[in-house]
Amino acid sequence: MSKSDSRAETAARIRHLLDTEGDAVAENTRGFNRGRRESTGALADYESLKSEARAIKEDAIERLPELIDDLRESVEARGGHLYVADDAADANEYVREVVDGGNVVKSKSMTTEELDLNEALEADGARVTETDLGEWVIQLAEEDPSHIIGPAIHKSREGIAELFNERFDPEEPLETAEELTAFAREKLLAEIREADVGVTGANFLTADSGSLALVTSEGNARKTAVVPDTHVAVSGVEKVLPTVEDLAPFVELIGRSGTGQDITSYVSLFTPPTPSPPVEFGEARSASAERAESAKPDSAMADLGPVAGDGATEPHPDREFHLVLVDNGRLAMREDDDLRETLYCIRCGACSNSCGNFQSVGGHAFGGETYSGGIATGWEAGVEGLDTAAEFNDLCTGCSRCVPACPVEIDIPWINTVVRDRINRSGDPGDLDFLVDGLTPDEEPAGLDPTKRLFGNFETVARLGSATAPLSNWGASLGPVRAAMDRWLGIAPERDLPTFERETLVDWFAARGGPRVTESMARREAVVYPDVYTNHVAVDRGKAAVRALEALGVRVRVPESAAVASGRAPLSQGMIETARGKAERCRDALLPEIDAGRDVVVVEPSDLAAFEREYERLLPADDAERVADGCYEVLEYVFGLLENGADPEGLTAGDGEPVAYHAHCQQRTLDLEAHTVAVLERLGYEVTTSETECCGMAGSFGYKSQYYELSMDVGEPLVEQFGDADRVLASGTSCGEQLDALLGSPAEHPIEAIAPADR
Amino acid sequence: MTADTLSRFVDAVERHHASVHRVDADEATTRIADLVDTPVVGVPLPNAWGIDLPDTVGTDPTPADLDAAATGVTAASLAVADYGTVVLESDAAGSEAVSLFPERHVAVVRTEDVVPGMREAIGRLGGRLRDGASAVLATGPSATADMGELVIGAHGPREVDVVLVESAGDGESVADDGDSAMGGATDE
Repeated sequence: MSKSDSRAETAARIRHLLDTEGDAVAENTRGFNRGRRESTGALADYESLKSEARAIKEDAIERLPELIDDLRESVEARGGHLYVADDAADANEYVREVVDGGNVVKSKSMTTEELDLNEALEADGARVTETDLGEWVIQLAEEDPSHIIGPAIHKSREGIAELFNERFDPEEPLETAEELTAFAREKLLAEIREADVGVTGANFLTADSGSLALVTSEGNARKTAVVPDTHVAVSGVEKVLPTVEDLAPFVELIGRSGTGQDITSYVSLFTPPTPSPPVEFGEARSASAERAESAKPDSAMADLGPVAGDGATEPHPDREFHLVLVDNGRLAMREDDDLRETLYCIRCGACSNSCGNFQSVGGHAFGGETYSGGIATGWEAGVEGLDTAAEFNDLCTGCSRCVPACPVEIDIPWINTVVRDRINRSGDPGDLDFLVDGLTPDEEPAGLDPTKRLFGNFETVARLGSATAPLSNWGASLGPVRAAMDRWLGIAPERDLPTFERETLVDWFAARGGPRVTESMARREAVVYPDVYTNHVAVDRGKAAVRALEALGVRVRVPESAAVASGRAPLSQGMIETARGKAERCRDALLPEIDAGRDVVVVEPSDLAAFEREYERLLPADDAERVADGCYEVLEYVFGLLENGADPEGLTAGDGEPVAYHAHCQQRTLDLEAHTVAVLERLGYEVTTSETECCGMAGSFGYKSQYYELSMDVGEPLVEQFGDADRVLASGTSCGEQLDALLGSPAEHPIEAIAPADR
Repeated sequence: MTADTLSRFVDAVERHHASVHRVDADEATTRIADLVDTPVVGVPLPNAWGIDLPDTVGTDPTPADLDAAATGVTAASLAVADYGTVVLESDAAGSEAVSLFPERHVAVVRTEDVVPGMREAIGRLGGRLRDGASAVLATGPSATADMGELVIGAHGPREVDVVLVESAGDGESVADDGDSAMGGATDE
């Protein structure tokens, strides 16, 4: 299949999911995400709990082999069994022997989805029933989970009612959520009563006690574990924590991060085999003669043993417990410096809920064989392989909104970047590379996707664009040219292309005669960093930055030597070596300015984010730190000047003018949205901020033919919120273009609003 | 446990769609009798508490009794003020099933066993779990959002009443505000 056919197919698949599942997914994930923000906001020590959780997981993965030994000792001391399975087939084989064709009830477990355990058991004639209501819905519908913790969030109440009514034909058709829940509870209780084996997952395992923690709300996991006499828990090896006490931060974080509940209804801490008597209804299917004999629906469950609080913890003599720890690629991930972080994941779903693309399409598009959302790239690459990860890795735009949401501080965008880089390097050399090869002096292999190569080399494109403007702009806007760009380069014909300015910011600054604030009068000295967009395309906002800073008494320079790309563009395409080369060049350009005592002021948030977040991955630690310390987002810098006594008189005041402001996604992750809002409010603007995590453009993402419609759908909430706004401000260039496309009028950078009028 | 801890506990229980009933030890039996719907099953409270369950409570249930019961009564060994959580330990007498199957769960907890935060609770549970104990941190009734909207009452209880028993020897006596403290007032 040609690349353009494959892009058309991807676009069609996404369009189908947007139409069929998008609304339910959006409502659920956005609700979870709002809940997370509120619930974590109410937690005074949220940041320190995350750091503590992170440190516990780092230590646990480091010591994993030793902890598995400790856990085995604890489990076996109580008469339980622990089996470490190398892969899915090994794990399934073990569980099949325990189940032996009997009736199985299960609580929700993504790890058993990964193993395809149900299919393996059913092949032996076992009857397997999922008891989590969402999981049961998709079992009945024969679909895959669309979300790590909410497997059926892609289905509406109406859709579920239709499914139940068709399948079970109840006397009165089911309609309300209450009716559906009560019906399912009764159906599933009947299954639980007949079960021989209960299969659960585990959210955490504690090596010191041999306990497993299950975080649930419905109560089905408790029934699954307590009713049948045999309990099989299936868990990835990475779930082991050293001690019970280590659970504390996770118990406080997991519900808040996932669904926004401060705690779920039940956090079960089982140390199996437990003292609880099995609840023998006498209905189990493959009960042995001995067990059938002892089944006692009408006799007391327990010889009145010691009750809780009086100290007895002996395992119930009829109980059997098996813990299956699954490797299936995880121990190799532990040795992989870039994928290792994935193992810290506690599968809360926060990265899915906070992700603009996920909110629109859900896990059926943004997911692999088993896992979904941003972290799925790490899981699928480690468990299934690069090919599976490659199918959805594009959907991570690197917007980074999952980063502050992750309770164990995983750099999920970086995992996606690394996997993208590996995918780029695994491709076959294409036949169209000549189209862009000549333009693009990069460090990447011949097989790289031409769209990625084009966007990754935007600096070169922009230089040529300005040099040949306005000719370059006329050419690029012609119909036949756009059709060819769509076909060969995958650039959406619906998008307006950047218009290159003939006079760059650097040229303008030189032409106006350099700095206007004298050294003796200067409050500070600064360089306005001429990033590629500000220098070649959105030149006006660069001019506004210069004028605003000068009005605040800063001696500003815009040197030609600093007009060096940050590396953000190739980084977003997974071209890590190219990005490293750019980062080194940019460091060499900026450090002399910083060393000379000049502040580096950055207009484009995505470039600042590269300096602050990714340079530590690309440059020696000391260099990265010096660059990060010397750079400021432009409104952050204005905020600092005003806080330190600069006179705002020369800036353009708002006089109560309402403005709608959408901060850039990466700027939010750097905690820099508040500075812009504070400056605007101080100057008398009445600010409404957007509640949308990312506008959907995300740099180059929205320009790609196969993702154009998704990108517009992601931005839809901005239309709802800002549709009536008279004046819209946005910090990112691509956000501004997206808002223009969504709202039909251009957005300005906040610095353009507050800068003194051009003289 | 301080008065502040207790009042935070009460608030948190109610926030989680459950109710708290504060009683002195000598009225606990009567209050439990008032709260239960019949048929009712239960597990005797720890001997050291000196509190009997009402006569209506069947304390040696069969699975059939469990299936038919409208209410289950058990002790909670610990409670967490910040979250309104009660800690239910598993035992050979069937506390796990009794607290789980019936539509209503009545959990009895002593004021002296209310700790301020989750960290203190997990800290106390560490030794117990290493000794082989199993426990569930239960907060409010069971619930699901899987059927298109939030539904209270899924596989587990739909209603939860916490009977908070003033410990003997506690200095201050607590006003009985049980009946006015019905849950749901702060439902979102």
